[in-house]
Amino acid sequence: MSPFLKLYFRFALLLLLVTLVFGVLAAWAFVMPELFSRYFPFYQLRPFHVSAAIFWIITGASAGILYYKREVLSHHPLKTKYKQVFIILWILSILAIFFCYSFRIFGGREYWEFPSVLSIPLLICWLAFMASYFLPVRSPIHPIPQYVWMWSTGIFFFLLTFIEQNLWNIPWFRESYVRELTIQWKANGAMVGAWNQMIYGTSLYIMVKISGDESMAHSRKSYMFYFIGFANLMLNWGHHIYNVPSAGWVRNVSYIVSMTEWVVFISIMRDFRKRVDEYKKALNFVSYRFVVASEFWVMANLLLALLMSIPAVNRYTHGTHITVAHAMGTTIGINTMILLGSLGYILNVDKYTGGVRNLINKGYNIGQYSLVVFWVALIVAGLLKGYRTAVLDIPDFQTIMQPVNSILTVAAVAGIGVAIGFGLIVFSYFKVLNDR
Amino acid sequence: MIVRIWIGFVIVFFAYSLLIYFQADDGNLEGKPDAVVLDGWHTWQSKNCQACHQLYGLGGYMGPDLTNIASAPGKGQVYMDVFIRKGTAKMPDFHLNDSEISHLVRFLVWVDKSGKSRVPGGAVNWSGSYSLDH
Repeated sequence: MSPFLKLYFRFALLLLLVTLVFGVLAAWAFVMPELFSRYFPFYQLRPFHVSAAIFWIITGASAGILYYKREVLSHHPLKTKYKQVFIILWILSILAIFFCYSFRIFGGREYWEFPSVLSIPLLICWLAFMASYFLPVRSPIHPIPQYVWMWSTGIFFFLLTFIEQNLWNIPWFRESYVRELTIQWKANGAMVGAWNQMIYGTSLYIMVKISGDESMAHSRKSYMFYFIGFANLMLNWGHHIYNVPSAGWVRNVSYIVSMTEWVVFISIMRDFRKRVDEYKKALNFVSYRFVVASEFWVMANLLLALLMSIPAVNRYTHGTHITVAHAMGTTIGINTMILLGSLGYILNVDKYTGGVRNLINKGYNIGQYSLVVFWVALIVAGLLKGYRTAVLDIPDFQTIMQPVNSILTVAAVAGIGVAIGFGLIVFSYFKVLNDR
Repeated sequence: MIVRIWIGFVIVFFAYSLLIYFQADDGNLEGKPDAVVLDGWHTWQSKNCQACHQLYGLGGYMGPDLTNIASAPGKGQVYMDVFIRKGTAKMPDFHLNDSEISHLVRFLVWVDKSGKSRVPGGAVNWSGSYSLDH
């Protein structure tokens, strides 16, 4: 592994640590605002947590792709140069973002809370990453495996949605609030679909390599799921803005397209027993275990997403912690799980016994159980808020939130468990990286 | 075959994006923002208000949704002015000056005109979807 890539892996793991620490702090600032509001207010802690989480996911996904692509894409002498430019500039840009947050300098956009001028270096970084990946557009493997399609789709659409996310800087897009909001959430929703393509591609790659079954990356069924995912990336973001008074067809197109994911859900349910058996077999393989576990979280979060995509249900869940449960379930249960599996595979953690192995197992168990409690508590809190808002029609916000806050305290306690569990895994990976 | 389908999907993405850009806004009831509203919008972003508050249910959940605070019974512009000026135990005082406060309030009045954040139960139809009347 090159020193640049090693640095990049370390940076990715560091971002995960920052996500966990600021996630815990933000959760407690939420339930005890009086204690935090002076020195570490929620509005400052949340950007640290959200940005670190997003950049951990993108950095972790791109780190894996940079490592794996050597096997599946043609080499070009310029690729290494572009890779180095990407890594250095990407790290510096993210550090600049955290520097801004430290001094409470914000751009104030949901998910992208840094000053928008910092989008310029990030855009240059991504173009360098694309050059490093696509140059030249040729694969020595024929037919091209599905994971290459997924990585390529994710990388390309991340660029498109990142540009779209910054269109608000052009005054025309701000002439109507509904237009601005619709495009903002179109970009946000599709961007999540883009990084999911990169991560699910990685998950498929690991499964193929560990099982040795190349046919997994060429089957008709998996291509059907790939295109369902692709269609949803492009069109199903509307559930974020069902209540926004944009044209009715925006809502209906999203509703119809998102319902195609029932096919994926039913298929996962049908394979459930097989997955349980696989999970039992995989207990000895650290990286595979993470990937298989992520599939259980896919099932749970897909069901939640499908229900939230029905406008009549969304009326109760929108603006509640059910949305947070979905975000946490997908970013921790699915994305982080796959990325830790991917890093574990690259670092070959399976060859380690004793201390490192025990620490990973301990972290895995603490993390999983805590995440279940955390996820369920957020759903219960969301249901309660939705009931008190949409059914009881309580007008006062403080009155609505009174019973909800005690459930959120349970979530905040479970959040500590999530941080300890995943923190132990990160610590073990750092140890392994230092040994190499 | 896969390449063709992929290109077809990308074309659909661009076509649908253009449709969204030019047709998704179904009325623009709030009208174009003037310089004061834009300045208030800038303050909203630079103070990271959406980290705690929501507009149309989008944002953080620490504080209430402010989409229709300007027209809510018993609230309105004076209520907003006092809240922003003094802060609360939960909400810090951002030490905004008079013009920043009045521009921020004007921004929220502008947002309020764009529509209602809450979907009335009667709007839901047989398909599980709903239509929003302005």
